[in-house]
This record gives sequence, structure tokens and C-alpha cells, in this order.
Amino acid sequence: MSETEIFEKVKKIVTDQLGVESGKVVPEANFANDLGADSLDTVELVMALEEEFDIEIPDEAAEEIATVQAAVDYISNKVTASA
Amino acid sequence: MTNSVNKRVVVTGLGAITPIGNTLADYWDGLMSGRNGVAPITLFDASRHDCRFAAEVKGFDPHVYLDRKDAKRMDRFAQLAVAASKQALEDAQFTINDLNAEQVGVLIGTGIGGLKVLEDQQEVNLTKGPDRCSPFMIPMMIANMAAGLTAIHTGAKGPNSCSVTACAAGSNAIGDAFRWVQHGYAQAMICGGTEAAVTPLSVAGFAACRALSFRNDDPTHASRPFDKDRDGFVLGEGAGILLLEEMEHALARGAKIYAEIVGYGVTCDAFHMTGQLPGGVQAARAMQLAMKDGGLSPEQVSYVNAHGTSTPVNDPNETAAIKTALGDHAYKIAVSSTKSMTGHLLGGSGGIEGVATALAIANDRVPPTINFVEADPECDLDYVPNQSRALKVDVALSNSFGFGGHNVTLAFKKFVR
Repeated sequence: MSETEIFEKVKKIVTDQLGVESGKVVPEANFANDLGADSLDTVELVMALEEEFDIEIPDEAAEEIATVQAAVDYISNKVTASA
Repeated sequence: MTNSVNKRVVVTGLGAITPIGNTLADYWDGLMSGRNGVAPITLFDASRHDCRFAAEVKGFDPHVYLDRKDAKRMDRFAQLAVAASKQALEDAQFTINDLNAEQVGVLIGTGIGGLKVLEDQQEVNLTKGPDRCSPFMIPMMIANMAAGLTAIHTGAKGPNSCSVTACAAGSNAIGDAFRWVQHGYAQAMICGGTEAAVTPLSVAGFAACRALSFRNDDPTHASRPFDKDRDGFVLGEGAGILLLEEMEHALARGAKIYAEIVGYGVTCDAFHMTGQLPGGVQAARAMQLAMKDGGLSPEQVSYVNAHGTSTPVNDPNETAAIKTALGDHAYKIAVSSTKSMTGHLLGGSGGIEGVATALAIANDRVPPTINFVEADPECDLDYVPNQSRALKVDVALSNSFGFGGHNVTLAFKKFVR
């Protein structure tokens, strides 16, 4: 899966989960500050990403993922590693 | 006036999302025209259920009242409550701001709470595993969240709570809110009841208690309170909200006043989990307490909005209770069950019936009991059969009874300064 494909999938999930306009889901967008995610949203978002990409994101790792790009990077590494 | 003196409490705003109308005007029009809210269940596939019909809210769009993200993190019972609360505030032209926010409270009852989210998440738990359950499950499910979310979405920072007394919950909420304003704990209260329990598990459970009508071949005639062929209640959903306001506060801002709440009576059967005490003795006492609380004599009462569930047990029992409470005067008044049109909203019923009772007083018209074909011999009062009626209503009582033996009566009075 290419990084572009991963980004598009992440974008769709973030748009659905956080109820934001897709135009706001840019790589540098910060989940909390730019997209309005609170602590519960973050838990739900991480679960949705885990399910979509069939990966596990430990809590310690999830805490480090602050932006859309960070999520895409983390997922890219995981997906490539397991491929 | 000091805090030790009871304040007068008036109804200045109403909101309703019901199986027969999603606005106050539409609800009242439905009540007056005898609109029937019962139809086959569409909210889930009920083909395996013994009861396959309900009185659902039709075409409710939460996004009229809430943005997409907020709506998504609320169970339907909370969406309905927040929407009806916003309607009530708008109807009252009441603005909550920094100056009054701490004087405005919320008390919204529900029988069950967020059952839909609980059922959906149990499915996730069983099929995908416990670590897939949503972080929103608990906050969406808990019964108090309609009141909590209503505060969040209106800014009301005063006393906030939730009654969970089954089918009496909405009336308990209005009654307790009445006390809080009467005793000076708040200047205004957003109060009432909400329910959204047309779900697979709920219908299965109520069917198992043999509480529901099984008239699947003729659902529109299933809710027939006081009729001899009734066979159970029809599950409904929705929310009814009243804005109660301290009288001087309402007058000072020139608010329109639908009615005054003057009395609240609460008793318990202490008898059976789901059954009712034969003869409705404690239900009668709730009515008597509400009248006494309001300084009313039975002869002043002209209308009773009955609990009237259409179950074999409730309707003759409640009829007996009304006769005990009002004596011979019971035969001179109008008694109707709006559940004949709306179905039984459980904890929501006290809310929409409080709204109906306040409107009956304001409009001097009483809603009918539809589907009334032939009276049960034990039900011998004037149930306003099938047609609404013009009637001067100075005092009206609204009854709600719930599993657990809860009996609640609210006394409403035409407002005279």
C-alpha cells in the first residue's frame, strides 16, 4: 500500500470519526488543536485505524501520534514491516 | 419575598418530538385531530419478534439541532431530549447567558437510557472482542446523559439531575423540577422525559413481561386504552420538555404563560415489580397528594391526562384510582389517554403528557382517547372517545405510573396572577 493510499484511507476515517470537512484533513493537521479531537475521540480514532489497517497501535505509540502525517508515517512503517 | 416562602411556578416553554409530530405545533395538531402514531417497526428488523410494531418518531433529523460530530456521540434518547429542550427554550424566548446560567437547571428523566448503543456495543464485544468497544459507549448509554448533554448544549449550569423511575420518570422530573423552582434553588428548569427504546432487546424484554400488545395484524388499533379489547401497550419513543419558570421572573420578562404547576404527589405501591396494587389505592393517594399540595378540591378538576397504557391491568385500576381520588366528581370530568395516539414513551411519556396537559389548559381543549370502540365494563368514565373536545380546563391532573410501583401525579392550573 502506497503512502498516498494510506493517507486517503486515514483521511476518510478521520473525516467520518471527527465529523470534520475533508478539506481540513491535511498532513500537518493536529488532531487535537486543528480537528477538535478530545480524549475519547482519540481512543475511537486509534481503534478505527487499527481495524482498517489490521494493525495494533499501543497506547504509548498512540500518544505520540499528534498529526495526520504522524499517523500515516506510523501506519506506513507497520504495514511495510508486516508485508 | 424570602426563600422560606414557596414561589409560584409557571410553564413558559414547551418542546415535543413525538410519534405524531416533531414540533410543538405538529404535536398539538396531532392530538387534536386524533392522529395515530403506530406502525410496523422500521428502526430494526423485527421479523423474529412477537411484537412487530411501535410508535416511532418519524423523520427526526438530529442535524437540525446538532452538528454532525455532536449528534454522532449521542444515543437517540439524548438527541431527542436536547432537540426538545432547544425547542422549549426557543418557544419561551428564553436566553441562557452568563448572568443567569447558574440559575437555570435541567432535570430530564428516562426509563432506560441509551439502550441502542449498549446493544450495538455488546454485539461488538461478542464478535470483535472487548478491546474494540467504543470509548463513547458508557457516556452515551448512561441515563443521566440526556440531562448532562442538554446542559452542555444550552449552557444551563444550575441544578442538574435525572429521574429513572421507569414510566413515571418524566413526571418525576417535572415534579422535582417544580419543587426546585418553588423552593428557590433555581429560577428556571428545563425538565421532562425522553426515551428511545424501540430496540431489539427492549421489544423482546417488554414482550416477555407480557406488557405489549401483540396485535400485529392491526397495529393502528393496538393502543386502545380503556377499551374492552385492549391487550397491552404499544412501545413509543420521543421527548417532551417543559420550561418551568419562577412566576415573578416570567412576568418580569413578559413571557407567555401556558399554565401554572401547583401540585405534585408521589407514592409507591410497595407491592410488585411490574404489577399494580389492586384498586389503585396508592395511585389514588398520589392524585390526592397533588391536589392537596396545590390547595385544590376534587371539584376544581376538569381534566385528567391518564397514564392509560392500554394494558389489561392499568386501565381499570387507574379508573378506580380516579374515582377514589375524585369521588362522584370523577363522572363529571374528561379523562383521556394520549397514549392511544403516541404509544407509551416509557420515561418520555410524562414529558409529552405534561406538554399535552399544559396545552389543554392554555387552549381549553382536551385531546381524545382514540381507538375507543367499546368500554371495558370496569372503565366507566368519560374518556373523550375518538374526538377532541372544547372544554374549559381550569385544573388538570397528569398521571404517570411506573414499574417499581411508582405513582406520580402533577397538578396544573390555569394561570391567574
